[in-house]
Amino acid sequence: MPIMSIIHKEFAQIRRDRRMVFILFAAPVLQLILFGYAVNLDVRDIPAAVCDLDRSPEGREILAAFTNSGYFTVTARVGRLEEIDRLIDNGRAALAIVFPRGFGDDLRAGRQAAVQIVVDGTESRSALIGLNYAAMIIGRQSQKLLLETIVRRLPAGAFEPGLVDPAIRVWYNPELRSRTFMVPGVLALILLMMTMMLTSMAVVREKEMGTLEQLIVTPIRPWQLILGKLLPFVLVGLADVTLILGIATFWFRVPLRGSVLLLYGLSLIFMLSTLGLGLLISTVSQNQQQAMMTSAFTMMPMILLSGFAFPIENMPGVIQAVTYAIPLRYYIVVIRGIFLKGVGMAALWDEALAMLGLGAALLALSVVRFRKKIE
Amino acid sequence: MSGTLDRIRPVVKKELRQIRRDPRTLVLLLAIPAFLLIMYGYALNFDVKHIKLVLCDQDQSRTSREFAGIFLGTEYFDLVGTIQDAAALDTLIDRGEARAGLVLPRGFGNDIAAGRSPAVQVLLDGSDPTTGATAIGYINTIALTYSVRVVTGRLDRLGISGTGLPIDLRPRVWYNPELRSVRFLIPGLMAFILMTVVVVSTAFSVVREKERGTMEQILVSPLRPLDLVAGKTIPYIFISIVSIHAVLFVAAFLFDVTIKGSYLWLLAVMLLFLIGGLGLGILISTIARSQQVAFMMAILLTMLPTFILSGFVFPIRNMPAAIQAVTYLVPARYFLSALRAILLKGAGLGAFWDQLVGLLGFAALMIAASAIRLRRGEG
Repeated sequence: MPIMSIIHKEFAQIRRDRRMVFILFAAPVLQLILFGYAVNLDVRDIPAAVCDLDRSPEGREILAAFTNSGYFTVTARVGRLEEIDRLIDNGRAALAIVFPRGFGDDLRAGRQAAVQIVVDGTESRSALIGLNYAAMIIGRQSQKLLLETIVRRLPAGAFEPGLVDPAIRVWYNPELRSRTFMVPGVLALILLMMTMMLTSMAVVREKEMGTLEQLIVTPIRPWQLILGKLLPFVLVGLADVTLILGIATFWFRVPLRGSVLLLYGLSLIFMLSTLGLGLLISTVSQNQQQAMMTSAFTMMPMILLSGFAFPIENMPGVIQAVTYAIPLRYYIVVIRGIFLKGVGMAALWDEALAMLGLGAALLALSVVRFRKKIE
Repeated sequence: MSGTLDRIRPVVKKELRQIRRDPRTLVLLLAIPAFLLIMYGYALNFDVKHIKLVLCDQDQSRTSREFAGIFLGTEYFDLVGTIQDAAALDTLIDRGEARAGLVLPRGFGNDIAAGRSPAVQVLLDGSDPTTGATAIGYINTIALTYSVRVVTGRLDRLGISGTGLPIDLRPRVWYNPELRSVRFLIPGLMAFILMTVVVVSTAFSVVREKERGTMEQILVSPLRPLDLVAGKTIPYIFISIVSIHAVLFVAAFLFDVTIKGSYLWLLAVMLLFLIGGLGLGILISTIARSQQVAFMMAILLTMLPTFILSGFVFPIRNMPAAIQAVTYLVPARYFLSALRAILLKGAGLGAFWDQLVGLLGFAALMIAASAIRLRRGEG
C-alpha cells in the first residue's frame, strides 16, 4: 500500500523532531489552560472612585447599594473633583461616582438631585456595562425614594403603586460566567491553528527541499499522496481534540451537556475544511515563507471574524456575508451549542452541512491544483 | 564602531536583496497592516444592540402593546417574531433564532390600571455573558422608567403633581464620549497585526539558512552574532516604520483616532515594540531546527497570546494572579497600555513610563538571547 508508506513517513518525520512533538501535543494543553483562565469577560468589581462632596446619609445609602451589588469596588475616595482625572488617567479607577454639594438637602426638600457618574470610555465594553449597572442601581434607589414620598403624602392604603418588575430567567449560563462561553471557543481556535499550520507546510516543504520530484516519479497517485499526508494530521487533530476536551471538562469544569460522539463527528467535518485550506495554501505557495505568511494572514481574519470574541450580528452586512465563508464560524456555533445548550443534530444540521460543503470544496480545489502542478 | 557598521552592511544588503527578490512578501508587509485595520475597524465592535426578541403577548391590550412598544422602539431589541404559546420560546432560543423572549401575561393591562404588579417574564439566552449582562440592564431600566411613568401619571390624576424620579443620573464619558468600541479596539488591533507581521517576517531568517546549509558559511565568517541579528532586523525595522505610518494614517482618517499625545513618544513605543517582536522572531529562528517548527512556534507565541493575554479583548484585571504574571511576558500588554495612554488619553510620560520600561526590557531580552544562541553555534 503506497498510502501506508506515506503515512509512515509523515509520522517518522514528526517523531524525529522533539520540538515538533512538543508543539503538537503539549502546546494545545498549555494553551487551553493559560487562555482558559484568561478569557474572562465578566464585568465585576469595576474599580470605582468616590467623590462625595455632600457627605449625606442619602449619598451613603446609594454608595452602599453600589458596593453591595458586587459590580463595583471602591478603590479610592477623593475630596476634590480634579483628583478624578489622575485616577482615571493612570487606570486606578474606571469609573467615578460624584455626589455634588447639597445632594441630601435637595432630596429631603423634594427637589431633583443629581448624581454624576464619570466613566473612562477607552475601555468601551466595561464602560458600557458599568454605566448600565449604575443606571440600574440608581433607578432602583430613585424608585424606592419615590414610593417613600407617596407613602408619606398619602394615607395608608389609598394608593397602590403597581410596578412592572420583570422576572428575568437566564438560560444555559445562569450565572453569566464568561468562561463557560469562552473555553469551548478557545478549543475551536486551537484546533484550527494546529491543523492548518501542519497542512500548510505539507507540500511546499517537499517542494522546497526537492523531495517532491522524487515522490512524483514513484508510482504513487496524487490523491494517494494527499490522503497519505492528510491522514496523520487528522489523527493528530483528533488526539488534540481529546486532550483539550479533557482539560475543558475536567479542569475547567465547563459542563458538556450534549453528545460527545456528535462533537467528535462534527470536529472531524470541521477538520476537513481546515486541512483543505492548509493544503490549498501549501500547493499555491512557492516556498515555505510564502506559505507561512499566507496562512498567518488567513488565520487572523478567521479568528477575528468567527464570532469567537466579537458578535457577528454587530458586523456590517458586507462583512457578515464574508463570515459565511469562514468554517470556524460554524464550528464555534456547533461547539458552543453542544457544550452549553446540549443541542443535537436537529439544531446543528445547517452548520454541519455548511462545513461539509466548504471542506469538500477546499479539498477538491487543492487536489486539482496539486495535480495540475505535477503534470 | 565603523568596524561594526562595515560588518553589518553586507548582511543588510543581502537581506534587502532577498526581500526585493520576493515582491509579494514586501507588498504584504507594507500594505497588509493598514488593510487589516480598515477591515477590522469597520467589522468589529462590542456594542450590544439589536438583540433578537420574541414577543409573547397573552394580554393583547392597549397597555401591553404600549409596554412592548417601548422595548421594540429602542435600538437594543429587534422583534423577530410573535407567538401565542410561551412554550414555543424554548425551541426558538435553542435554535438561536431568538436571544430573548418577553412574556406579558393575561391581565397585564388590568393589573397596571388597578395598581397591581403584573408577573412579566423575560427569558434570556445567557450563553454570551456580555449580551446577557447588558440585556438585563436594558430590561430593568426600561421596566423601571415605565413603572415610574405609570405611577406619576396616576398620581397626577389624583391631584398630586410634581412627582418624578428624585435622583437624576448624569453620566459623563471621558476620552470616548460615544463609547465607540473602535477607539478601544484600534490600539489592540495595531498590536495584533504588527506583532504577527514582524515575528512572521523574521522567524525564518536563521532557520532557512540552517535548512539550506548556508549557516555554516556565516558562522565561519568574521561576523559577530550581534552583527548578524542587527543586520537581519534593520531592513525589517524600516519596512515596519513605513507600515506603522500607514496604520496611523488609516486610524486618523477613517476612524477619527488621532494622536492626542506626543508623536515622538508614540514612535518610540512602536519602535521598541517592533524591535522586541523582531528579536522574538530571530530567537524562534535560532531554536527551531526546521522552517515548519519555526512557523508553528511563531504563530503559537504571537497570535493567540497577543489576542488573549494583552488586554486587547479580555481585561487583565479579571485574570487570576498566576495568569496576570504571565501577561508580563507578552510585549503587547505594555504596548497596548502605552498606546491607549498616548493615542486616546493624550497622557504624558508619567502615565506610561513603566510600559516603556517593560517594552525595553523585552526587546533587550530577546536580542540578547538570540545573540547568545547564535554565539554558541546553536543557531
